[in-house]
Amino acid sequence: MSKSSRQKSNRRVVGWLSLWVLGMFGFGYALVPLYDIFCEITGLNGKSATLSEVSAKPLEIDRSRTVTVEFAVDVSGIPWRVDRPEIVRLKVHPGEATTVTYAAHSLTDSRSAGQAVPSVSPARAARHFRKTECFCFTRQELAPRESKVMPVTFVVDPALPEEVKTITLSYAVYPAKNIVPANS
Amino acid sequence: MTTTVADHHHDEVPKGITRWLFTTNHKDIGTLYLWFSFTMFLIGGAMALVIRAELFQPGLQVVDPHFYNQMVTVHALIMIFGAVMPGFVGFANWMIPMMIGAPDMALPRLNNWSFWLLPFATSLLILSLFVPGGGPAAGWTIYPPLSVQGGMGVDLTIFTIHILGMSSILGAINIIATIMNMRAPGMTLMKMPLFVWTWVITAFLLIAAMPVLAGAVTMLLTDRHFGTAFFDPAGGGDPVMFQHIFWFFGHPEVYILILPAFGIISQVIPTFARKPLFGYTSMVFAAAAIAFLSFIVWAHHMYTVGMPLSGELFFMYSTMLIAIPTGVKIFNWMATMWRGSMSFETPMLYAIATVALFTVGGLTGLMMAITPADFQYHDTYFIVAHFHYVIFCGSVLGMFAGVYYWLPKWTGHMYNETLGKWHFWLTIIAFNVTFFPQHFLGFAGMPRRIPDYALQFAEFNVVSSIGGFVLGYSQLILLVVVIKAIRGGKKASAEVWDNPEGLEWSVASPAPYHTFATAPEVR
Repeated sequence: MSKSSRQKSNRRVVGWLSLWVLGMFGFGYALVPLYDIFCEITGLNGKSATLSEVSAKPLEIDRSRTVTVEFAVDVSGIPWRVDRPEIVRLKVHPGEATTVTYAAHSLTDSRSAGQAVPSVSPARAARHFRKTECFCFTRQELAPRESKVMPVTFVVDPALPEEVKTITLSYAVYPAKNIVPANS
Repeated sequence: MTTTVADHHHDEVPKGITRWLFTTNHKDIGTLYLWFSFTMFLIGGAMALVIRAELFQPGLQVVDPHFYNQMVTVHALIMIFGAVMPGFVGFANWMIPMMIGAPDMALPRLNNWSFWLLPFATSLLILSLFVPGGGPAAGWTIYPPLSVQGGMGVDLTIFTIHILGMSSILGAINIIATIMNMRAPGMTLMKMPLFVWTWVITAFLLIAAMPVLAGAVTMLLTDRHFGTAFFDPAGGGDPVMFQHIFWFFGHPEVYILILPAFGIISQVIPTFARKPLFGYTSMVFAAAAIAFLSFIVWAHHMYTVGMPLSGELFFMYSTMLIAIPTGVKIFNWMATMWRGSMSFETPMLYAIATVALFTVGGLTGLMMAITPADFQYHDTYFIVAHFHYVIFCGSVLGMFAGVYYWLPKWTGHMYNETLGKWHFWLTIIAFNVTFFPQHFLGFAGMPRRIPDYALQFAEFNVVSSIGGFVLGYSQLILLVVVIKAIRGGKKASAEVWDNPEGLEWSVASPAPYHTFATAPEVR
């Protein structure tokens, strides 16, 4: 190979490989939306069904079956106390709309805003757990020392796999950032 | 330093420090890489000894837990990114042009730059230990949320990873360009020595995997400082996603660390068995198959995050599939030795030890591939034992085999065989004393990355610590062997060994500063 033709083919190899490097860097970022879509389809990581699915058709209530729904909440990094609903373990029928209320209390003398992030387990129940109304859909603002009742309305889809007897709905409450979570 | 000019008056070797700063010679850069790698090996080893000193007894006596966590993290980062990866790039620089009959690497200036990025990168990492809040302490996998919370040491680590990644990507591009464009006439792809083959495959792995890691740590950086929430659940992110992205890089990375070692021992074993390599073509395809599979098995590092059953099954089966091409390689090496007229010089001893002990690590890897079993092994010392059997016994012992094999070619002098054997036996015995008991500790439930442990683990930890110190100090023998060979010793012939195969043996020992200015004819 002559010197100039070798230089040319070196340049070509470097060009292609650099493009590939850039592409893989982009692929790393592309994994983020791919991951979210994958989790939404499969219900992994307790990302529960979104609103749009509920507007479809009213679900039939399956009175022959009872599912226990447990409620939990954690507060992280924000001076709030959040109380669980009074009935911590609630028996519901699939298809039946139920409303429970959490209560948030600000423990600080300044205004504060929090964002609740829900998680449903077991993972295979997540996409059958539909929230029609939830305080986690928006950020919650509290005046100094304010207390606030925060309702959540949900329906358990009758399509829930037979073997699931108990579903846990757990919230983690964080200081609100400007970003609204995509999966609430 | 390793090249003498006496016999080669046409070789003008530059003098002084500028020779090393501005060099574009592949042999000089290879030497720089190898010395850098060895320095990092000793620094990382010293950190391992801090860990073993702390674990000598239960309770906290030598360092505080936060510093212990930093040692665990920085030891791994230094060894992986500072010692093993640059070490193999050093071998590639020295040997690939000589093996394919090229005068130098395709892009010599880039080559200089990819080396000189390294000292700055690792200095940043070591500097991080001295900043307020200390160095990274979340383990080398830097999982959020812990890594999002750490101090500025974590930022320094992120920059270190960026620069090291850049260096190895540039090195990989250079190696691919060299192999694509610089082969001597007649050196077809399927005539290339296996070391060259494994390095092409490794270089492609680097190009595909390192940018993904760069993306992951960039996301970490913007999460920490610029208000994004890739991994922060408060903003809609997900810490588990980091694990997926990290291991998408991380699993190919382990083959980046091992494949060049497979290449080295595929050169060494035929020489000392005095038989050509058994199954050359299957070796090439096995390496390519391992590389491909490495991209679809990543989640076996994270079985316990709560994947669906189908996911766990997929990753379990695909992981076990890797045992097939790896088995092909192991059996090919054994078949190469079968009925060969073997001799056991130090390089051969290291090559055989690599095959034997890497297999131990491979088999424990198969155990961990079984999802339900992995729930017991996850995050225990069993894992620590496993990856030291594959990375130390695979990569590092493979490199030792290569150093002893090519040292006469590099320096022009035979190394001291007695010292080499001492180095070998001390290393092998001390390694097994250190890490074999850790299998039992892991089975019994001793968690990794914790500076203290329950009393019932005390005896095995004493044994392990004693082995660790012997293993660490034994490596100084290698330093003595190399320095002695540079200074003098029995003159090595061009062939060095008994009729070895490969173009590198057709040039004088030490290899002249410029080789193959006119390309050799390969038949």
